[in-house]
Amino acid sequence: MGKHVLVIEDEPNIIEAISFILSRDGWRVDTHSNGHDAVSVVNAKSPDLVILDVMLPGRSGYDILSDLREADRTRELPVLMLTARGQSKDREMAQKIGASRFMTKPFSNAEVLEVVRQLVP
Amino acid sequence: MPQRQLTGTRIRERRMMLGMRQTDLARDVDISASYLNLIEHNRRRIGGKLLLGIARALGVEPSALTEGAEAALISTLREARAADPTAGAETDALEDFAGRFPGWAQLLERRHRRVLELERTVETLSDRLTHDPHLAAALHEMISTITAIRSTAAILAETKGLEPEWRDRFHRNINEDADRLAHSAKALVGYLDSNEDEEEFELSSPQDELDAFLGDSGYHMPVLEQGGEVDVDSLIAQQDVLQSAAARAMARTYLGRYAKDARTMPLIQTIAALSQHGLDPSALARHFETDLATVMRRLAEIPESAAGSPVGLVSCDASGTMTFRKALNGFMLPRFGAACPLWPLFRALSRPMMPVVQVVRQAGRGGGVFRTYSIAQPSAPVSFDEPPLFEAYMLILPVEAGERTRDLPAEVGVSCRICPRENCPGRREPSILTDGF
Repeated sequence: MGKHVLVIEDEPNIIEAISFILSRDGWRVDTHSNGHDAVSVVNAKSPDLVILDVMLPGRSGYDILSDLREADRTRELPVLMLTARGQSKDREMAQKIGASRFMTKPFSNAEVLEVVRQLVP
Repeated sequence: MPQRQLTGTRIRERRMMLGMRQTDLARDVDISASYLNLIEHNRRRIGGKLLLGIARALGVEPSALTEGAEAALISTLREARAADPTAGAETDALEDFAGRFPGWAQLLERRHRRVLELERTVETLSDRLTHDPHLAAALHEMISTITAIRSTAAILAETKGLEPEWRDRFHRNINEDADRLAHSAKALVGYLDSNEDEEEFELSSPQDELDAFLGDSGYHMPVLEQGGEVDVDSLIAQQDVLQSAAARAMARTYLGRYAKDARTMPLIQTIAALSQHGLDPSALARHFETDLATVMRRLAEIPESAAGSPVGLVSCDASGTMTFRKALNGFMLPRFGAACPLWPLFRALSRPMMPVVQVVRQAGRGGGVFRTYSIAQPSAPVSFDEPPLFEAYMLILPVEAGERTRDLPAEVGVSCRICPRENCPGRREPSILTDGF
């Protein structure tokens, strides 16, 4: 069984593409598409890595990450944040809250693969 | 050896266009049909005498077989690779890919060009992200769709031996996303191109707040039409839409001038003068012994039922910044940014005190024709102590169907960013209205 990644993103075709490339790379992929219960889904699935979109229905990715960093269980969990905005203040905000990495859309598949491999060697 | 491998594709296309069988061409040039087949599928390189012979047999210049439109295709694919070197696309396989899968190569080329265009558009608009929440949401959706297209296209192009079920699924996804992108793009342009629904927008500046206040009141203030003293501050205090101190200050200036205009051209007398002169600013100015700018403002202040026609008005200060906007159907005024420099308003600004009358049509706006009257005049009493500051006004009146005009309408735009006019001498920046975007 490969490493386990949870993709939290509300755009279904991005989920499908990321799931495909990660699966082909040997990852076990779970997906989730809203912010309301994202934290409890992370706790229930216990992934090795979370790919987290910033703009989600129900709750922002920043708030979700903030909750994850406050809990002992997920404080060190690698989280790759995705956003459509690449402004420095967004990057700073992600780093401040504790994102492991930050990636701006539109990203390439190769970039995603490279980063997730770095985060969970 | 650039593009040599594509020569085979061109030979095959040309032969099929002529309705010639492979065996017949092979015989003409003294090679086996199987060898010609390999050439046509870009599996064998070709040159020298054999190329000359095939070109002669096909009735074309040899260069027509060795050079073609594929050069641009390959160049764009090369750019696509350079833009994303981490994808690991094989440089030495590029021409082979373009030759063997021309349809896929063209799809990739078009997607790459589209992504570049959209990235430029996003770059242009990105400075507004923090100021306009509606725009931020629209762009977020577009960027997400572009991301999905980019990822899916890369999977299709780079995954060797992709199973047919997955391939079909990803084709469907790209198709869906392309539709969504087109829809989002049209909606975005509609948003940028419209100020008819301004009340739905977030008010992002004092000028927006003033515009909303005037729009809500229909640009007509009955309380200021009585001629007596009016407590302007209490009138302003009742307007929830005037949230900022700056907007309230602008409203105070506007209403003060409105009251003065109403004293110069009282409503009852103005309506009577209109029945005599019609919407003729010069005649009305003579009638009331006042200046053209006062008449133009006054025509925009009275109710449409009294004017007998919709009336639009814009004004700008000496920098060209719009200070008043009253739109009318068919003649759009930009919500953000600068207006079209071809507007007669700006011609008037460059020729102070010289009235300009011009019939115009706005490009891409459905063909409505408008008569405009423009004038630039000092914004305050002139003195010997300092140079005068000018402001310009443009009154916009619809030309009725069937009404004859002396000159053909001059074509003008709204704002460069959303204007479809090509080869325009006044263009400041490229339009986003390209390729149906």
